[in-house]
Amino acid sequence: MTDLILSVNLARSDDVYARLLAAHDGLDEAESQALNARLILILMNHIGDADVLMQAIDAAGPDPVDAELA
Amino acid sequence: MVAVRYQTAFRLYPYQKVPAQEAAAPLRHPVVIVGGGPVGMALALDLGNRGTPCLVLDDHDGVGLGSRAICFAKRTLEICDRLGCGERMVDKGVVWNVGRVYRDDREIYAFDLLPETGHKRPAFINLQQPYFEQFLVEEIRRKQAVGAPVEIRGRNAVTGLEQHADHVAVSVDTPDGPYRLEADYLVACDGANSPIRTMMGLDFGGRVFEDNFLIADIRMDADHPVERRFWFDPPFNRGETALMHKQPDDVWRLDFQLGWDIDRKAEMATDKVCARVAATIGADVPFDLVWSSIYTFRCCTMDRYRHGRVFFAGDSAHQVSPFGARGANGGVQDADNLGWKLSAVLSGAASESLLDSYHDERKQAAMENIANSSRAADFLTPRTPAHALFRDAVLDLVERYDFARPMVNSGRLSTPCTYDGSALNIPDGLPNGPSRSRPGSPASDVSLGDSHLLERFGSDFTLLAIGGPAAPVDGCKLVALSPADDESGALADRYLGDAGAAVYLIRPDHHIAARWPAFDAKTVTTAIRAALGGGGA
Ligand SMILES: Cc1cc2nc3c(=O)[nH]c(=O)nc-3n(C[C@H](O)[C@H](O)[C@H](O)COP(=O)(O)OP(=O)(O)OC[C@H]3O[C@@H](n4cnc5c(N)ncnc54)[C@H](O)[C@@H]3O)c2cc1C
Repeated sequence: MTDLILSVNLARSDDVYARLLAAHDGLDEAESQALNARLILILMNHIGDADVLMQAIDAAGPDPVDAELA
Repeated sequence: MVAVRYQTAFRLYPYQKVPAQEAAAPLRHPVVIVGGGPVGMALALDLGNRGTPCLVLDDHDGVGLGSRAICFAKRTLEICDRLGCGERMVDKGVVWNVGRVYRDDREIYAFDLLPETGHKRPAFINLQQPYFEQFLVEEIRRKQAVGAPVEIRGRNAVTGLEQHADHVAVSVDTPDGPYRLEADYLVACDGANSPIRTMMGLDFGGRVFEDNFLIADIRMDADHPVERRFWFDPPFNRGETALMHKQPDDVWRLDFQLGWDIDRKAEMATDKVCARVAATIGADVPFDLVWSSIYTFRCCTMDRYRHGRVFFAGDSAHQVSPFGARGANGGVQDADNLGWKLSAVLSGAASESLLDSYHDERKQAAMENIANSSRAADFLTPRTPAHALFRDAVLDLVERYDFARPMVNSGRLSTPCTYDGSALNIPDGLPNGPSRSRPGSPASDVSLGDSHLLERFGSDFTLLAIGGPAAPVDGCKLVALSPADDESGALADRYLGDAGAAVYLIRPDHHIAARWPAFDAKTVTTAIRAALGGGGA
C-alpha cells in the first residue's frame, strides 16, 4: 500500500496557493463551496489510488485517526 | 378467516380444501415454504426439480397486482435457466442497452451498456414482477405434471409456529378454518413484513430513508426508443429526480422522487399523477394510467438467517432500496443457495451443518446489496448540505469531463456475490488463475459455438475440465473441454488465464467450489465432501 505523503512534496507551493485563493475571488459562499467540491473530485481522480485517498480523508479530519499522521 | 390484504393480478392457486385439514394428527412435510412470492416459488421449483418434497403456503391465491420489481438481472435469468423457465422470461422481457442521463432540461451523457460477449443471457431484462411469478408457477405446474413433489396451497395463512428438536409445528388458517401441520424445515419467504419473523420475536434493523417515490405505470404506443432515462432536477420535477423505463406490453414505468414532506393523498390524485406524466412525456402524447402508487423504503436485515429449523429468505431476511434492483434478484439467489443444501441434507448426502453456510453466504451477499443500494439512495437523496454539495459537484463535472461519469449513482445493477471466505470454499489451487473464477465466485458463462457453458452444467456437482484429462468422480457430471471448443478465447480468458489447463469443481448452484491445475480423483472426492460442509456425511 502506498503511503500518503505528508512531508513537503510541492514545489512552487506559494504560486499554487495564490492561484487557489484567486480562483475564489468574487465567488459567493455557495460558489466557493462548489468549486472546492469539484476540485476535490478532480484531484481524487488524478491521484487515482483509493488507499492513498482514504488516508488523505482521515488525515484531513478534525481528529486525525492515525497517530503517525499527526 | 384469511384476510385479503391485496388484489391479485393472476389467480394461480385457488383455495382447495385438502384431506390434511381433517387429519387426526398433523402431517409432517420435509420442507414447508411460507409465502409464494418470487423467492418462495423459486425455492419450491428448485426443490421440486431435485425431487425434494415441499409444500408452499400462501395467504392469497395468486400474484399480487401492482408494480414492484421490473429489472431482472443476468444471474437471476441464469438461475431461471437452471430451473427451466429462463427462456420464457427472456422471450417476454424487454432488453435495453442505452441509458440517458439528464440534468435540468439537457442530456448530460448517454451510455451503452455493451455487455460482455459470450453470455447466453443479457445483463438484465425488464419484466413486470407478476409475470416473473406467473412463469415460475407455470414451470412448477409443468414439473408437477411429470412428478415433481411440489404442492401449493392458496389462502393458507400461517398464524403460528413452534420449534421442536426435530421439527417445526405450524398453525395454518384457511377459509374452512384452522389446521396444523409439521415441517422438518420451514423457510419463511413471507416478505418484508414477515409475520414469521414477528411470531418469533426477531429484529429487523437498519435505516429508513426519508423520501417518497411515486410510481406511474402508463401504456402508450408512442415509438419512444427503448432506453432508460434518468433525470436530475428536471423542469417537471424540480429539485428531485425522475426515471423512465420500458416494460413489456407497451407499458412504461415512470418513477418520480417526491421528497419527504408531501401530502400523499394529494399526490396520488389521478389528475395530479396524469399532469406529472404529461409534463414528462409531452402534453400531446396519449397514454393510459395503468397503475400508480407511492412507496418509501428502508434498508434492513435480520441478524441471522437461520434459527434452528427455520430459515429466512428474500425480503423477510433483508430489504433494500429499489435502486440497483437487488430485492427480488437478491432473494432469488437466496433460494438458489438454500435449495441444494436442503436437498443434500434431507437426502443424507450432507450433514446438518451444511445449512449454516446458508446464513454465512447469503448474509454476506445481503450486506453487499444493502451497501450498494444505500449508496445509490444517498446519491439521490443527499442527507446533509455537504452530501448535496458533492452530488452537485459530480453532476457539474459530468458535463465537462468523462471521469466523473462512474461517480453518478442512480443504482448499481444487481450482480451476484462472490462468497469469499466461505467455509465451503476449497483453498485456491490455481492462485494465478482469473480472479473472477476464484473459489466462491459464480461461474461465468461462455459461448461454446452452438451452446453455452452454464447450460452444460448439471444440477448437482459438475466437474469442468479444460485442456487436460479428467474422469467422472462420485457421480458428478463431467464437462470436458479443449482449446478447440474455445473459438472466442473467452473460456481461456475467464477460466485459465496463463494456465494451460484447469479443473473446476462447480457447486449445484453454479458457484465455484474449487479449482486446480490438473485432475486428481482423490482430491476431487475430498473437495466435494468439503463443499458439502465436511463433517461425517
Ligand atoms: C417499487 C418497487 C420496485 C422494485 N423493483 C425491483 C426490481 O426492479 N428488481 C428487483 O429485483 N426487486 C425489486 N423490488 C423488490 C421486490 O419486489 C421484492 O424484493 C420481492 O417481491 C421480494 O420477494 P419475496 O418473495 O421475498 O416477498 P414477497 O414478494 O413480498 O412475497 C411474500 C409472500 O408471502 C405471503 N405471505 C405473507 N404472510 C403470509 C402468511 N402469514 N402466511 C402465508 N403467506 C404469507 C404474501 O402473500 C406474499 O405472497 C422492488 C420493490 C418495490 C416496492
